[in-house]
Amino acid sequence: MSALSVLSPSRDDDSIAIRANHVQVGFRNKVVWHDATFEVRRGEFTAVIGPNGAGKTTLFRLLLGLQRPSFGSLEVLGAPPRRGNRRIGYVPQRHTIDNETHVAADALVRLGATGSRWGPGFSYRAQREAAAEALDAVGASELGSKSLGSLSGGELQRVFLAEAIVGNPEMLLLDEPLSNLDIRRSRELVEVVHHLVQSRHVTTLLVAHDINPLIECLDKVVYIANGHVATGPPESVLTSSSLSELYGVPVEVLHDSRGNIVIVGGENPHEERGRR
Amino acid sequence: MTDFNWNIVTDLRDMWQWPFMRQAFEAGTIIAVVAGIIGYFVILRRSAFATHALGHVGFSGAAGAVLVGVNPVYGLLLFTMGGGSGMALLGRRAATRDIEIGTVLAFMLGLGLVFLSLYNGNASEVISILFGDIEGVSAAGVLLTLEAAIVVLAVLALIYRPLLFSSLDEDVAEAKGLPLLALNLGFMLLLAVAISFAVQVVGVLLIFALMVTPAATAVQLTKRPLYGLIVSVAVALFSIWAGLFIAWYEQYPPSFFIVTISFALYVAVRSGFALSRRFVRREVAAPNLDAAAGPGSV
Repeated sequence: MSALSVLSPSRDDDSIAIRANHVQVGFRNKVVWHDATFEVRRGEFTAVIGPNGAGKTTLFRLLLGLQRPSFGSLEVLGAPPRRGNRRIGYVPQRHTIDNETHVAADALVRLGATGSRWGPGFSYRAQREAAAEALDAVGASELGSKSLGSLSGGELQRVFLAEAIVGNPEMLLLDEPLSNLDIRRSRELVEVVHHLVQSRHVTTLLVAHDINPLIECLDKVVYIANGHVATGPPESVLTSSSLSELYGVPVEVLHDSRGNIVIVGGENPHEERGRR
Repeated sequence: MTDFNWNIVTDLRDMWQWPFMRQAFEAGTIIAVVAGIIGYFVILRRSAFATHALGHVGFSGAAGAVLVGVNPVYGLLLFTMGGGSGMALLGRRAATRDIEIGTVLAFMLGLGLVFLSLYNGNASEVISILFGDIEGVSAAGVLLTLEAAIVVLAVLALIYRPLLFSSLDEDVAEAKGLPLLALNLGFMLLLAVAISFAVQVVGVLLIFALMVTPAATAVQLTKRPLYGLIVSVAVALFSIWAGLFIAWYEQYPPSFFIVTISFALYVAVRSGFALSRRFVRREVAAPNLDAAAGPGSV
C-alpha cells in the first residue's frame, strides 16, 4: 500500500474526495464486500447502485466513520473517516419522523446546523436565515413552516436535503432518497440534487436501486454486488461484460429507445448467496 | 373555609392562608413546569408507554420504601431510575419496545403487591401513592421537589438541542457524532426523576395525565418546539391550579379534577382541530391538489 501512495502524485490530493484502497468490510465473520479500490473526485456526482443487502449503506457507514474497514485504507476529504465530521452532510434511509410528528420543517433544518451543540440556544436570526437559505436551495421555501408530519415523501426528502446542506458541507451522502417516490418525483429530486452538485461543487454520493432517473447527470457509478465493488463512469460500468464479471454469472445490460437501462440476470445469484 | 366567590384572587388568598394549600400550589407549580417540558420530549420520542410503565415500576419502589419506613419518594427514585436505565440500555429503540417494557412492568407490579401484603400499616399511604396526595406535601417535600426540578431543568437545558435532534432524526444525529446511548440514558433518568415527583400530584396510576396529556395537547397547537414546551407547561399548570382550586370547594380529591381538566383540554383541542380541518379541507381541497402537482422549481 505504501508503494501505491508513493505512486499517486501528491498534487492530486486536493482534488480527490474519497480514496479507497483494497477496502474490505464485514460484520463479525461475514465479509460484506472486499478489495474495493476506487477514487471519487471532488464535485463528482456518484450513484451507488446494487441489489438489496449488497452493502451500499455500509459504504456510507464507513465514510461517516460509524464503522471501520476490516482491511485496507480509506480517506475522506483528505483524512481518515471520523464520526461527527461536519464537512459531510447525510440523509439516512431511515427516519424517526412520521405523520404524528408535529414539528415545523425549518426547526429540523436548523438542527442540521446546530443540533449537535450543547446548551439551549433557542433561536438566533442567523440560524433562521441559514435554514431558510438551505430550504430555498432545494426549492422548498414554502415547506419551512409546515409540520413535518404533513409533508409528502418528496417534500420530506427535500427537507432532509436542506437539513444536510445547511452547514455547507463539502460532501453529501444520500441513502435511497428516491426509494418511495414515483418516477416523476424521483426525476424532480434528482434535478434538485444535480443543481446542488453543480452550484455548490459538493461531492455527492447517492444510493439508489434504479439508475435510470439518475443516468443523465452522473459522473460515476459505484456498483456493489456479490461481494465486489466496480467503479467508473456509467458507460463503462453499466455494460454486460463489466457486470457479468462483477456478479460472476452472465448478466445482460439492455437499453431501450429512450436510454433507459435494464439489467437482467444479476439479481439471482446474489439472492441465493443471501439466503445461505 | 370560605365559600366560593367570583373574585378569584381573594379565593386564592383564602386558600393560601393554609400552609398545606400553599405547599400544594408550590409543589404543583414546580411539577407542572418539569412535567410539561419532559412530556414534550416524551411525545417526540414516542416514550408514552415507557412513561406509564415507569410510573408503575415506581409504585413497587414506593411500596418498598413504605415497608421499610422511608420517604416513598426515595423508593420511587430508586426504582424509576433503575427501570429507566434498563430501558435505555436495552438499545436505541428501547423506548418503543412495548413487549419488553410491559413484561418488566407486570413483574414489578407483582413485586409491589408483595411489599403491600408485607406492610400492615395505614392503607391511606398506599392510596396516596396510587392516586396522589398533593395536599399532603410537606414544606420539606416542596423544597426537595424544587431541588430535583432545578437539577432536571439544568441538565435539560444543557442537552436541549442534541436531545431534540436525536429525538427527531436519530441516524443523522449519530452521524454528527452525538452520543445516542448517553442521551437516551440521560433522558430516561430525567424522566424517572420527573415521574417520581409528579407522583405526589396525581399518583402512579394517573401519571399519564400530567406527563403526557399536556404535551399531547401542546403539539396539536404549535409546531415550534419552544412554543410547544411553553404551551405544554401552561396546560399542566392550568390543570393543577384549576384542579386544586375546584377541589377546595368540592369534596373530591384534587387528582380527580386535575386529571379531568387535563383530559378535557386534550379532547377540546383534538375535536376543535378535527372540526376545523374538516371545514378547511372542503375550502381548499382543489387548489391544494394543484399546488402538489405543480412542477418542482429549483
